[in-house]
Amino acid sequence: MKKTSLVAGALLIAGAAHAETPVLQVYAPDYFASEWGPGPGIEKGFEAQCNCDLQFVTGDVLPRLLLEGERTEADVVIGLNTDVTARARASGLFAPHGQNTADLTMPIDWNDDTFLPFNYSYTAFIYDNTKLEAAPTSFDALLSLPDDIKIVIQDPRASISGQALMLWVKAIYGEKAPEAWDKLAPKVLTVTKGWSESYGMFTDGEADMVLSYITSPAYHIIAEEDMTKSAAIFDEGHYFFVELAGKIAGTDQPELADAFMNYVLSEEFQAAIPTSNWSFPAKLADDKLPEGFGKLAVPAKALFFSEDEAEALRKPALDEWLAASWK
Amino acid sequence: MLTLENTRIDLGDFQLAANFGIPKDARIAVLGPSGAGKSTLLAAIAGFQPMAQGQVLWQGDAMPPTPAARPISMVFQDNNLFPHLTVTQNVGLGLRPDLKLSPDEKTRVEQALARVGLTGMGDRKPAQLSGGQIARVALARVLLRDRPLLLLDEPFGALGPALKAEMLALVAELLDETGATLLMVSHDPQDAREICDQVVLVAEGTAQAPVATGEIFANPPVVLREYLGG
Amino acid sequence: MARRFVEINRTTTLGTLALGVVVCLTLGTLLVVALRAELGAAPDSGATLGLIPRDWAAIRFTLWQAALSALFSVLLAIPVARALARRRFKGRGVLITLLGVPFILPVIVAIFGLISVFGRKGLVSQGLMALGFEPISIYGYHGVILAHVFFNLPLATRLILQGWLSIPAERFRLAASLGMGSRDIARTLERPMLREVIPGAFLVIFLICLSSFAVALALGGGPRATTVELAIYEAFRFDFDLGRAAKLALVQFAMGAAAATIALRVAIPQDTGTGLDRAVTRWDSTPMQRGLDVISISFAALFLVLPLSMILMNGVPGLASLPGDVWWAALRSISVALGSAALTLALALPIAAYAVRRGSRLIEGVGYLTIAASPLVIGTGLFIVIFPFMRPSDLALPVTALVNAAMSLPFALRIIAPAMAQVERNYGPLADGLGLVGVTRLRLIWLPRLRRQIGFSLGLAAALSMGDLGVIAMFANPEIATLPLQLYRLMSAYRMADAAAAAVLLLGLSLLLFWIFDRGGRADADT
Repeated sequence: MKKTSLVAGALLIAGAAHAETPVLQVYAPDYFASEWGPGPGIEKGFEAQCNCDLQFVTGDVLPRLLLEGERTEADVVIGLNTDVTARARASGLFAPHGQNTADLTMPIDWNDDTFLPFNYSYTAFIYDNTKLEAAPTSFDALLSLPDDIKIVIQDPRASISGQALMLWVKAIYGEKAPEAWDKLAPKVLTVTKGWSESYGMFTDGEADMVLSYITSPAYHIIAEEDMTKSAAIFDEGHYFFVELAGKIAGTDQPELADAFMNYVLSEEFQAAIPTSNWSFPAKLADDKLPEGFGKLAVPAKALFFSEDEAEALRKPALDEWLAASWK
Repeated sequence: MLTLENTRIDLGDFQLAANFGIPKDARIAVLGPSGAGKSTLLAAIAGFQPMAQGQVLWQGDAMPPTPAARPISMVFQDNNLFPHLTVTQNVGLGLRPDLKLSPDEKTRVEQALARVGLTGMGDRKPAQLSGGQIARVALARVLLRDRPLLLLDEPFGALGPALKAEMLALVAELLDETGATLLMVSHDPQDAREICDQVVLVAEGTAQAPVATGEIFANPPVVLREYLGG
Repeated sequence: MARRFVEINRTTTLGTLALGVVVCLTLGTLLVVALRAELGAAPDSGATLGLIPRDWAAIRFTLWQAALSALFSVLLAIPVARALARRRFKGRGVLITLLGVPFILPVIVAIFGLISVFGRKGLVSQGLMALGFEPISIYGYHGVILAHVFFNLPLATRLILQGWLSIPAERFRLAASLGMGSRDIARTLERPMLREVIPGAFLVIFLICLSSFAVALALGGGPRATTVELAIYEAFRFDFDLGRAAKLALVQFAMGAAAATIALRVAIPQDTGTGLDRAVTRWDSTPMQRGLDVISISFAALFLVLPLSMILMNGVPGLASLPGDVWWAALRSISVALGSAALTLALALPIAAYAVRRGSRLIEGVGYLTIAASPLVIGTGLFIVIFPFMRPSDLALPVTALVNAAMSLPFALRIIAPAMAQVERNYGPLADGLGLVGVTRLRLIWLPRLRRQIGFSLGLAAALSMGDLGVIAMFANPEIATLPLQLYRLMSAYRMADAAAAAVLLLGLSLLLFWIFDRGGRADADT
C-alpha cells in the first residue's frame, strides 16, 4: 500500500517535472551535434545540472539564424567562427555572453563580450610522415615543393576551412597573395566542397597533403593509435581558428542561456572538447589535456584577423584566389 | 428512335454531315468506302467524337455527354477486352464498372457466358481465347449491359467467313431477345444482307438517311456501285 | 457547342493539384527566396542583370560541361547498345541490370569509387606505372566529364538499346533475305532509328548534367569548374545574397526550359525498363564486328563494375562494426524512400493522366521542372515558408520525402506518361463506354496495365531518394538523420572507414529497394 503510493507520488512528481522542464535550444553545426561530435556529451553534462532539456538544432548556423531573424527560437548558438561573426554581430540578434575571458588558455587575448570562444585550432596541412620525408617547414617551402606533391584544399565559397586558408595566405603574403596562389596552383590536386571529401581523399592516399587543422593528427593518435599523420608546422605562423558560442538576445530562457554560457567554460565541457571536437579547449590547463595532445606540434606564431579585418578581406581575397586558380 | 439532328463533324480537312432518324428496333448496316467516316459516325453517336454542330437525340432527348451514360453498348474493332482481367471480370464490367459483384450478379454473368456458349471459361484470360471466343465475351457483356442501342464497329472483321456468319447469327438472336436497335459498320455488303434491314451509306462527306437493304442493293447509287466493284 | 472529348473532372482536378505542388516546390520556393532577398548584401559592382561576371562564367561552364557530357555519353553508348542488341551471352541480363546502378548511386559514393579507379593512386594509374607509363589524372574538366559519363553512359545505353530493339525483327529478316550487308542495314534500318533516338537521349542527359554540383567541385580541379548550382551555393553561403541565389536559380530554370523546348520538338526516347532481355537475331555478323562488340561490352562492363567493386572492397570490411546509429538512420532512410516513392507516384499518375487526357506536352513539361531545380533553393524556400508556423525539424522527414519525390518526378513521368497514353489509346474508349472512371479506372486499368512502369518508377524513386542528401541537412536535428546525412557526419568525425561501410550499406539498400519494386512490377505481368 505504502509502496504503491510512493510510486504514484514519484510518477506524479516526475510528470510535473516533465511538464515544466524548460527547453534550451542550441543551434549547432551538424558535425558538432552529431553522435560522433561533442554534442551528446555536452547535452548529458548540462542536463545533469540545469534541470532542463537541452535540444540541439543542426544546420548551417548563421544562414539559418539570418533567415529566421527576430523570430528565431534559438536560445544559444554554438559553432560560429570569427570569419562570420561580423555578419552575426550586425544582425543584432546576440546579447553579451557575460563571462570572464581574462583567464582563457588561448594564445591570443580575447576581449569580445558577445562571442565566447570554446575551442581553437590552427589551419595546417596534414601529411603522412612515412611517405613525405622532408615536410615543408614554412609556407614558402610548401610553395616551392615539386609540383608532383599533390594537395587537396577546400573551396572558400562553400567551406569554412577553405575560407580560413584564404585568410591564412592573405595574412602571410598580403599583397603578394596572388603570386602565392600562382605557385600553389599546380600542386592543388582538386578543390572540394567540404572538409570531409578532402580529408577522405587524403586518408585514401590520393593526396599527399590536405588542408585541415593542426589538431587533426590527435584523432589518429588517440582514436586509431596511428602516429603517421602529422601537421606541417610553418615558420610564418598558422591561421588561428576559433569556434564561438553566443547568447541570443531574444531568448525566452535567459537564465538557462547564461547557465549554458557558464557551462561552456566549465572544466567538464572543456575537458570533453579535445577528444570529441579534436581541437584545443579555450580554457583548460595544459596538464589536463589528453596525452595525445601533448604530442602535437604547436606553431610558434598565431596569425589572426579581427572580424572586421576578416570581413573586409573576404571578398577581395576570394577574387584573388579565383583569379589565380582560373588561369 | 435515334435522331441525328443537323450534325456535322469537323476534323480538319475531313467533314461528315448527317441529318436523319433511325426508328427503334431497326437493324442498320453502315456501309461506304474506306476513310469515308463510318467509324467516325459511330464514335459521334457513342460520345467519343465531339461534333462541330448539331446534336444526337434519343427518344427526342439530347444524349448525356459521357459515353457511359448514353443508352449504348459498343463493340470495337479490337481491344474489346482488358487483357489483364478474366473473362468473368470483363463481362462483369457490364454490370458494375467497379467489379464489386454481388453473388446474384455473378450468377447473371455466368448465365450470360452460357448464353454465348462460353460455359466454364470464366476464369480464363483473353490471351487464352480464340478470336471467335473473344467476340463472344464482348457480346456477353453487351447482353448484360442491356442498352437499347448496340453499335458494332466491324467487330468480326478479323474472323473467317464461317465464324463471322456464326457471330452475326448470334447478334441477330441477341437482338431478337433484347429488342435493341443495331448500327453496324461493315466492309462486307453480305453482312448487311444477312442481318440488316436498312443501310446507311457514308460517302463524300455525308451519312445518308437509311434505305431498305433490298432496295439499295437492287439499285445502288454510284458511290456504292464503285465500292462494290464490277 | 462542341465538347472536347469526355470531360472527367477528377482528372483535371487531381492533375492540376499535382502540377500545383510541383510549381510551388520549384518556382514557388524560388519566389519565396527572392522575396526574402532584402536581407541580402548589396550587389557587387560590375554586375549585369544582378549577376557578377563569375556567374556568367559559371553559366558558360555549366552549359559547356553538360553538352560535352551528354555528347560523350551518347557517342560511347552507341557501340555498346549495338553490341548488346545483337549479342547473346551469359551475364547479359546482369549487365543490363547493372546499367541501372550508376544512375541511382549517391554522388559522393560514386566519386570515391571513381577516384579509386581513375585517381592518382587508382587502379589505372598503378597499372600504367607498373608498365612504365605516366599515371593519369582525373582532376580537371575531363574528370567532371568522365564522372558524368560514368553516371549517364548506362542511361544512354539503355535508351539507345530500346531504340534498337524497337526495330521489328521482321525488318532484319527482310534485310537478310535481300542480302543486305552490315553497311546496308546500318543505312536503311539503324541510322534512321538513331536519328530519332539520339537527340532525345542527348537532351535528357544534358538536363541531368545542368544541375550537377558536387561532381564538378570534387573532380573539377579548381574553381574553373564552377557550375551554376555552385554559384547558387556561393551566393547563399558565402555572401548570404538571396537575391543573387534566386536569380541564378532562375537562370538554371531558363537553361532547362530552353533545352526542354527543344526537347519537345524532338521525340524523347523513353526507358520503360522493360523488354531489354532479348537480343535481335542478325545474319550479317562478321569476325571484325564480333571483335568490336566484345571490346565495347567489355569496356562498358569494366567501366561500370570496377568503381562499384572498389566501393564494395573499401566498405565491406567495416560493415559489421558500423555504429548502431547508422543502422537506425538506414531504417529512417528506408521509410523516407518508401514515402518518397509513394509520393512520386501520387504526383506522376495524375499529371500523366491529365497530360494524356489533354494531349498536352506542356502539362508534361511542367512536371519536368524539378530536373532544373536547385535543391538548396527548394530547401531554403520551404524553410522560410514553414518556419513561422512550426519547427522545421518536426517536418524534416516528410519534407525530405516530398522534395526527393519531386526530384524523381521527371523520370517517373517519362516512364509512365507514354505507357499511359498507349493504354488510353487502346482501352480508353472501351473504359469510357463502360463508365470506368476515377478510382475504378485506376484500380482496374491503370494499375494492372502500367504495372511494370509503375514498379520501375517506384524502384527508381525509392533508390534515388535513398541516396540523396536532399534537404534533410537544413531541417534535421541530431536525432533525425538519414543514411546519406549520417555518412557525411561520419566523414566529418574523421571516421572514414565507417563512412566507407555506410556507403556500401547505402548502395546495397538503394539497389535492394530498386530491385524489389522493379521485380514486383514484372511478376506475372499479363500481356
